[in-house]
Amino acid sequence: MAANTLQRFTTNMKKNAFLFQELVNRDFQQRYKRTVLGMAWSVLSPLLQLLVMMIVFSRMFGHNVEHYVIYLFAGNIVFSYYSESTNNGMASLMGNAGILSKINVPKYLFLLSQNVSALINYALTIGIFFFFCIIDHITFTPAFFMLWYPVLCLLLMNIGIGMVLSALYVFFRDIQYLYRVFLTLLTYLSAIFYTLDSFSPFVQRLFLLNPVYANIKYWRVIVLEGVVPSAGFHLLLAFDAIVFLAIGALFYKKFNHRFVYYF
Amino acid sequence: MSVIECNDVSIRYITGDFKSIGLKEFVMRKLTNNFHVTEFWADRHVTFSIERGDMLGIIGSNGAGKSTLLKAISGIMIPTGGSIKVNGKMAALLELASGFDAQMTVKENTYLRGAMLGYTREFLDEKYKEIIAFAELEDFQDHMFKQLSSGMQSRLAFSIACLVDPDILILDEVLSVGDGAFRKKSGDRMKEILAGGTTGVLVSHSIDQVREMCNKVLWLDHGNQIAFTDDVQLYCDAYDEFLMTKELPQNEDDIHRLADGFLKRRQAEAKKHQEAEAKRLQQVIEDGHSEAAVLTAIRILQKSKPEALASEYTGAAE
Repeated sequence: MAANTLQRFTTNMKKNAFLFQELVNRDFQQRYKRTVLGMAWSVLSPLLQLLVMMIVFSRMFGHNVEHYVIYLFAGNIVFSYYSESTNNGMASLMGNAGILSKINVPKYLFLLSQNVSALINYALTIGIFFFFCIIDHITFTPAFFMLWYPVLCLLLMNIGIGMVLSALYVFFRDIQYLYRVFLTLLTYLSAIFYTLDSFSPFVQRLFLLNPVYANIKYWRVIVLEGVVPSAGFHLLLAFDAIVFLAIGALFYKKFNHRFVYYF
Repeated sequence: MSVIECNDVSIRYITGDFKSIGLKEFVMRKLTNNFHVTEFWADRHVTFSIERGDMLGIIGSNGAGKSTLLKAISGIMIPTGGSIKVNGKMAALLELASGFDAQMTVKENTYLRGAMLGYTREFLDEKYKEIIAFAELEDFQDHMFKQLSSGMQSRLAFSIACLVDPDILILDEVLSVGDGAFRKKSGDRMKEILAGGTTGVLVSHSIDQVREMCNKVLWLDHGNQIAFTDDVQLYCDAYDEFLMTKELPQNEDDIHRLADGFLKRRQAEAKKHQEAEAKRLQQVIEDGHSEAAVLTAIRILQKSKPEALASEYTGAAE
């Protein structure tokens, strides 16, 4: 009996893995194959953003920051990844309503595949980022090897937030617009183009309540200061990731069978 | 052991202020105590069970709750009340043409859909040619899915879904897919699967199909179970009459009355048809220009309706 269950479990895993591959393949195609520029666009778009921000902000905020372009770029790529990943995640249930209401498939796979394709895109922009680091004479220290950590934490957090948003989006269509407003606010609260130097230490700590800012900060400490952040900082990032992942999992557990009624 | 057992299954949708108003309005209305939802029961207290080898036909007019019930049986929905037990591997052929990716090729879509239906990659590699051949899409494998006609799209959907040898086969109006030739082919394929002892559940608007294929019938109306029976012909007769009169049977007597009504109506129709035919033939006899035509008409009429033939012609054909 136990062997039987185990066997069923492994075949299930195998089937899900196959479906997951196919979904990632589909999302990848939707993103890259259908545009003339293909992958080049996902590199060009953050570069254009960076260019505009550089022109506009370096005069205002850039005077007293060393390597301002890198400072700006680090904030920009993390935030873009966060916003893209959660936005895509939000649509992952409704966008596949036609399938989910006809075939009994694990719903979370659709969200995960969206996250994977956003992650691939993130990896591309990180490549460009390193290229800029070389141009700007940043010293590559061994601390750079820890950069997988904020990426992983943000990935997990994005999955959690994507779960919450995609669930809410099934019930409330205006979440899309509300979240867009929220993202704009979050952009300004993430210290992407300005520094926190002029704030009191207390306010600077408050900023760390914003998980996206905490993630950006981790990047900047490694890239600009060349050291690995404190253990407490690691805990903070892990805490954010786990909390959102747990909330997301709860949402899916609670509503998993209710979604179909609202498509 | 029954293969499918539905025990007092009820399925409720929530409608009214919800999806349409959005989160802002939802919060506001909750705060002002002005939030109202209405319940809609798609199925109410449906109870039946079928055994291995049975073919169940679910009948009922639009909005009777047939498709919702199938969704519950196939595990897509969890019923609000009651329980469903299913023993065996199930293949559900619901209306499947939706959910393909328009921008991907036929081949990619085949693999994606196969993965969703729970096939493995090895299985698809092995069966891919067969799927395409069955759907008759050999020349379109690398075309974008959106370039296919809607009939081709449904054909592909059907071909992918019907590949398996399930213990339980669920069919929702899928036997009316494609053109005449494909319809025959898909019907044959279904019969082939069912002949192997597979248990089937069929939703169909064609009452003749139900008569032909099913040995049990579940009759739903606005979510309520009117009947679950193995007297297929009687209940199909009654259902047919119900469609004309819109008179819902309350008990066994009503069923018999409806079935009688149906038979009478059919007899009357047959008689009317025959009379019209006789009239036409008589016309030929009277106005016929060629002798052969007149003779043939007399001969047919003699056989089918001798009393309609005027006496002077009775011997004419010999």
